[in-house]
Amino acid sequence: MTSAATTEGAAQPETFAFTAENLERAKTIIARYPQGRQQSAVMPLLDLAQRQSGNWLPRAAMDHVAEMLEMPRIRVYEVASFYTMYNKAPVAKYLVQICRTTPCWLCGCNDLARAVKDVTGAGVGETVGDFTVMEVECLGACVNAPMVQINDDYYEDLDYDRMVTLLEALKRGEMPAIGSQTGRRGSEAASGPTTMLKQRPKPAAPAVAGRGDGDKG
Amino acid sequence: MLRDEDRIFTNLYGWYGADLDAARQRGIWDNTKALAALGRERIVEEVKTSGLRGRGGAGFPTGLKWSFMPKESKDGRPSYLVINADESEPGTCKDRDILRYDPHRLLEGALLAGIGMGANACYIYIRGEFYNEGSAVQRAIDEAYGAGLLGKNAADSGWDYDVYLHRGAGAYICGEETALLESIEGKKGQPRNKPPFPAMAGLYGCPTTVNNVETIAVVPEILRRGGDWFAGLGRPKNAGTKLFCISGHVVQPCNVEEELGIPLKELIDRHAGGVRGGWDNLLGVIPGGSSVPVLPKDICDTVLMDFDSLRDVKSGLGTAGVIVMDRSTDIVEAIVRLSHFYMHESCGQCTPCREGTGWMWRLLKRMGRGQASVEEIDTLYEVTKEIEGHTICALGDAAAWPVQGLIRHFRPELERRIKEYRRSAQARAA
Repeated sequence: MTSAATTEGAAQPETFAFTAENLERAKTIIARYPQGRQQSAVMPLLDLAQRQSGNWLPRAAMDHVAEMLEMPRIRVYEVASFYTMYNKAPVAKYLVQICRTTPCWLCGCNDLARAVKDVTGAGVGETVGDFTVMEVECLGACVNAPMVQINDDYYEDLDYDRMVTLLEALKRGEMPAIGSQTGRRGSEAASGPTTMLKQRPKPAAPAVAGRGDGDKG
Repeated sequence: MLRDEDRIFTNLYGWYGADLDAARQRGIWDNTKALAALGRERIVEEVKTSGLRGRGGAGFPTGLKWSFMPKESKDGRPSYLVINADESEPGTCKDRDILRYDPHRLLEGALLAGIGMGANACYIYIRGEFYNEGSAVQRAIDEAYGAGLLGKNAADSGWDYDVYLHRGAGAYICGEETALLESIEGKKGQPRNKPPFPAMAGLYGCPTTVNNVETIAVVPEILRRGGDWFAGLGRPKNAGTKLFCISGHVVQPCNVEEELGIPLKELIDRHAGGVRGGWDNLLGVIPGGSSVPVLPKDICDTVLMDFDSLRDVKSGLGTAGVIVMDRSTDIVEAIVRLSHFYMHESCGQCTPCREGTGWMWRLLKRMGRGQASVEEIDTLYEVTKEIEGHTICALGDAAAWPVQGLIRHFRPELERRIKEYRRSAQARAA
């Protein structure tokens, strides 16, 4: 398990401390685990630190988490380097992760990489301007392939043109609707559901599920 | 076809809200107290009667698994239920729909399963990339606590029950149950040797059962309608309903709940609009997520989608992630991509897997271009056999099987590429 972003070459800040608000949140997280098992909080705390640091994890933040949880630093580094979602070097405002695994590949994920390159100038593994681009393994939205994750959000049912449209919207500073970019609802068949036809309801919920809420969870 | 009245996942596509009020309208949390009052033994008996087998891939009988948990704690150690929501198997995206659209169904199941195994606490381990889905689960947890459905005397059951969300951070291996436990404990997700099994020493060294999201989510309906109802669906020893994910070269990819044992062809034709270009344009199907061997068209014509039928054709139901490939597919590249996946996701603990997954990928990648000798097909097969069964966890097997499936069913294609490359190389040299 290696992450594309490593510590090499990154300008490391000298210190890190949680903000007052995040410190409270960290305490809530630690309280989810039994007494004496505070090490369990290392992953959510690293995530919190990464969010506070602008979507990457400086060495000082790892050291701070180690101190809070009374863990040897090396154990925290191990965790931070094992899991791919911790960015050990700065990434751009938009981290574009293109799913490359077979179901997305069957549906044309290479076209998405091409669209990203054409719009942002960034190839896979590169950062240009506001965009860092990576290829990643299966993101678990296979019936809505091909798809990408940009920061916390999934954008699905893409093709070259829809990928271009999406990136142009981001460049204009917009927040595009997450989920399917063809407007289909979740994972149902594009022409509508094949089940529950008799009681097929009027949609009581918006087609797109909500974004996360700043990770209270 | 599964009748609508037998459907469990009535909000699979998010037609209704995921919130508590909307969930109650779907019958979730309806008189949960009475189900809880069945008590531990009756709950386990009912789940055994239902014939429910784990929905995460291995298909182990769920009621039996629960019965391995200690009847009472002699040394004060608590018991834990851990729900595996680390859905990462390529081709699989079913739990995601439960997490984002129907989280209360999961929470009610978590409470009843907890009572069934004598656990007072539950951790839901969700893959980190499912950020928005995790927030949906956390909102549901908060709502359930607010309504007295979790916490002290949960749902007026007399049983204290806590549920916590734990987010992963990008590691397929954490879907392996002991790697998942390591991860919750704040370590690298590297699988543990078994025994001891989690039911004896799992999370924090305490008795633990790890179940898949879908497994837990069907429990309330089994208890409401009775184990016999669930057992009456599907086929003997392959009972109940199942969420299928149909991806790849079909007219309309989708998720759908169906009876186990539905013919693969019917599943694809009825729900996914058929294979792109018609059934005769089918090359092959990976029927149960990336870890199971591919099936060529002639087997797909007749095979039934359940644990035993697919095992009989040397594949597996796995997670029921059905990856469909039409005749335009470069089948070698399709498997090369899976080999790359396993190489990337190997935790590095066992040498055969750490080294072998890379070896398989490199050899197969080269072979896909034809730059190999025919004998190397046998070498590749041998490498898969050196990995299979020689690792702590099943990732090694999962990495080996797709390659074995390719060699078993598409060896002529590999030979064709090798010979073609030879011919063109000789032509260039001449």
